[in-house]
Amino acid sequence: MNGVPLLSIENLQVHFRTPDGANRAVDGVSFAIQAGETLAIVGESGCGKSVTAMSILRLLPEPPASIAGAIRFEGKNLLDLPIKAMRKIRGNDISVIFQEPMTSLNPVLTVGRQIGETLRLHQGLSRREAEARAVEMLTLVGIPEPGRRVREYPHQLSGGMRQRVMIAIALACSPKLLIADEPTTALDVTIQAQILDLMRDLKRRVGAAIMLITHDLGVVAEVADRVVVMYAGRKVEEAPVRDLFRAPRHPYTRGLMGAVPKLGAVEHGATERLAEIPGMVPSLKQRIEGCVFAGRCPDVTDLCRTYAPALEPKAPAHLAACHYAPKDALAA
Amino acid sequence: MTATVPPLSGQPLAKGPVPKMSLPVGIAIAWPMPDVILARKRRGPVWTYVRRNPTIVVGGILLLVVFLMAVLAPYLGTVDPTALAPAKRTRVPSAQYWFGTDMLGRDIYSRVVYGARVSLLVGFSVALLASVAGLAVGLISGMVRWLDGIVMRIVDGMMSIPPILLAITLMALTRGSVQNVIVAITIAEIPRVARLVRGVVLSLREQPYVEAAVTTGTRMPAIIWRHILPNTLAPMTVQATYICASAMITEAILSFIGAGVPPSTPSWGNIMAEGRALWQVKFYIILFPAIFLSMTVLAVNLVGDGLRDALDPRMAKDA
Amino acid sequence: MTTTARTLLQVNDLKKHFALGGGLFGRSARVLKAVDGLSFTVDRGETLSLVGESGCGKSTVAKALMRLYTPTAGQVVLAGRRIDDLSAGTLRPLRRRMQMVFQDPFSSLNPRMRVRAILAEPIRNFGLAQGSADLETKLAALMERVGLPREALGRWPHEFSGGQRQRIGIARALAAEPDLIICDEAVSALDVSVKAQIVNLLRDLQRELDLAMLFISHDLAIVEHMTHRVAVMYLGKIVEIGPRRELFLAPKHPYTQALLSAVPIPEPGAGRTRIVLKGDVPSPINPPSGCRFHTRCPQAFDRCRVEEPTLDPVGAGHLAACHLNDAAVPAQAA
Repeated sequence: MNGVPLLSIENLQVHFRTPDGANRAVDGVSFAIQAGETLAIVGESGCGKSVTAMSILRLLPEPPASIAGAIRFEGKNLLDLPIKAMRKIRGNDISVIFQEPMTSLNPVLTVGRQIGETLRLHQGLSRREAEARAVEMLTLVGIPEPGRRVREYPHQLSGGMRQRVMIAIALACSPKLLIADEPTTALDVTIQAQILDLMRDLKRRVGAAIMLITHDLGVVAEVADRVVVMYAGRKVEEAPVRDLFRAPRHPYTRGLMGAVPKLGAVEHGATERLAEIPGMVPSLKQRIEGCVFAGRCPDVTDLCRTYAPALEPKAPAHLAACHYAPKDALAA
Repeated sequence: MTATVPPLSGQPLAKGPVPKMSLPVGIAIAWPMPDVILARKRRGPVWTYVRRNPTIVVGGILLLVVFLMAVLAPYLGTVDPTALAPAKRTRVPSAQYWFGTDMLGRDIYSRVVYGARVSLLVGFSVALLASVAGLAVGLISGMVRWLDGIVMRIVDGMMSIPPILLAITLMALTRGSVQNVIVAITIAEIPRVARLVRGVVLSLREQPYVEAAVTTGTRMPAIIWRHILPNTLAPMTVQATYICASAMITEAILSFIGAGVPPSTPSWGNIMAEGRALWQVKFYIILFPAIFLSMTVLAVNLVGDGLRDALDPRMAKDA
Repeated sequence: MTTTARTLLQVNDLKKHFALGGGLFGRSARVLKAVDGLSFTVDRGETLSLVGESGCGKSTVAKALMRLYTPTAGQVVLAGRRIDDLSAGTLRPLRRRMQMVFQDPFSSLNPRMRVRAILAEPIRNFGLAQGSADLETKLAALMERVGLPREALGRWPHEFSGGQRQRIGIARALAAEPDLIICDEAVSALDVSVKAQIVNLLRDLQRELDLAMLFISHDLAIVEHMTHRVAVMYLGKIVEIGPRRELFLAPKHPYTQALLSAVPIPEPGAGRTRIVLKGDVPSPINPPSGCRFHTRCPQAFDRCRVEEPTLDPVGAGHLAACHLNDAAVPAQAA
């Protein structure tokens, strides 16, 4: 972690104005992404992971959203940029893949046009150059017969193919950061396997940093280098992927890992009952005193209900926000 | 990360209802994050309702004013709206004749105030009758599949004639009276409601909760009564307000061309019709009823738009 | 399909075809064979899982069994009585024995009915309560069974979270006191931590009430925690069916093998060899000739393209439809 990170988010707060008061969707989240690394943001719906991603691209309507903190991309604070400068960054330096490949593609334009569009817009390529590059991109993402496919419309492609096209569009301008918001959630298992393979392969070849937003710990384990765990708008843990899965420090992360069924575990002697996290996510419309997880934590004490724990290093490069998380001696 | 959120040990936080509690050594605490959005001052429930549904409130107040005007017409400084006074023809608006008088010397202010009765009666009656009839047709068409084709072809046939032409045709068959106007406009409006209800019913039939009702042994009449009907009422109500507004305009048109309310009963449409000939010299004869008609139609539409937003489940209340 | 005294549901060669529009005058040129000849049984107190990817026809099976669709062909026998050819009126009292839990916790509850009315509906329809005091006792027991507070009976569906709504949906199914519950992707719309709660609840209910369950899911890891037996579907047919342990540890159909290997495991560097299938699931309107899986099968050979394999025994209660298991072609299997 040395040098200036590609993207650093500092104390990001995204609050939404609602008729019943402020909804603290993201409340003081900080993390950084280094060039070329894959950082996964994990959490359940409503934890603020997608809102964080949307605020990086400044895609949230303000109001009702209000954003505070800083989002530094290559040193520039994106929150201070005029919207025109922001448009230059979107799709060029930072691009995004959404969950639903059908609704993210324009149904009346050919695949080739849609890939070419970004290239012509950001890199000033001619129509012919853009089409040639589109074929190249389709080859890169493993679409057979790219020469024919560039002239097809999204509805002529299957779900897996469309997601490949989305990836091709996202990678067309060689972005430095790719935000992938639940890229495989809408896909079938066998297609998900193909896309994950593709993402791993592209990571090596393209070298873009990836911010992977997902609720699926299996996907995280397969592609991420580092993981940020979010809960109720806060970051509760951050660690290299192996450390996180080997020794999760936050009780929420531990609970999540127990609640996720592992294929083959029962056959190898695990109990059939899954571990549960009792209760449910607290409302973000009230200010939460103390630890956000206090209401569901098996080890909760009065201290947790009173004072929110600080995010502290518990092991090298391993942060957790829990008063009682074990702390290694060598942690700084 | 700790630069802006310095961990703090051993002392309670400055703000918030924090009970005093001794902190064990080595425990780091996070500062509470500041509020990005300043809390609005809490006002009463009435103000909250106004802020959330401004269109319903504005439209509702306007409509209430017109309604009170219609009910209290005799007490609003009016004279007999049909009383002729040939000596005082076409007076300009003054302290005595607020909106002036028409070519027969009748007080336009009184006629306009009494005319509200016709507009509201026609608007609301048509909205109610067309909704009930359209609901019945739409439900039958949506639930009984073999009837659907026949019913919908008839509805299509009726919809291929513009409602105003259909109403004029029906009025031509009878003599002009408020009741006949209501019946004619209702018949012309039924197809629109029937189409809407049928569409809603067809999508509701596919809802898992209706499938669940089938699998839990609920009979068809109960499914319609408990599961389908209550869920069609929201879009129905919204549609009814639009029909109400459109019926008021249709009534005015019918009366304007002399196919509607008889001249003996003042209605905004026939007041305007009578002022037609004098439009270039005595424009106010048309102006005042026109303003009232526009405001009333606007008020009904505002209520309709507000209801649509308030009743639409997709418009999440906290978005 | 052999039946025993324990057999509760028996499905023989079930087919559900949909005529697609396109033909003039209502005659349609194309037919979507969503379910194309399915046979299986479910015993009392047993969970059978139906797994497969989207478009394989697993949800159509649920709707055809519940008679939300009329089956095109085949037989459905529930507790010894054939029910697929009954009229709606004759079927209604029998519906009590077979209930369903739906996928979407939001659209499966009528937004204009309170929880009490939602749960009372099946009890009243099937005449299961003697008087209002009995009804009240039954409602309270149902709420307790699914882990909701009794006061929640007076509330509206929108006041609950997704997980709580799914508990209400389960309570509604239980209210009919069924012998068999069909869960159609009942947990797939839920968040991870809530999903675990509902999976455990369903599993406990099945064990405690000795229910038979047909658990339809695309998630093999969840299925493993729920089921006794598994049937794998591909393009409207069962390609493999067997006891959970045999099927998970020694799958005999290449599709099952690929499906199992494609599930991401939450364990970094788990170091598995993954079978990545090429291409996409073909359209069920025009399924491939021979074995329907041959277009994606990594081990397909000539015979697969022309001859459709039958579902043959490969172990105790374990059947698979693959030519590779044919004793006649051991060489090609290698």
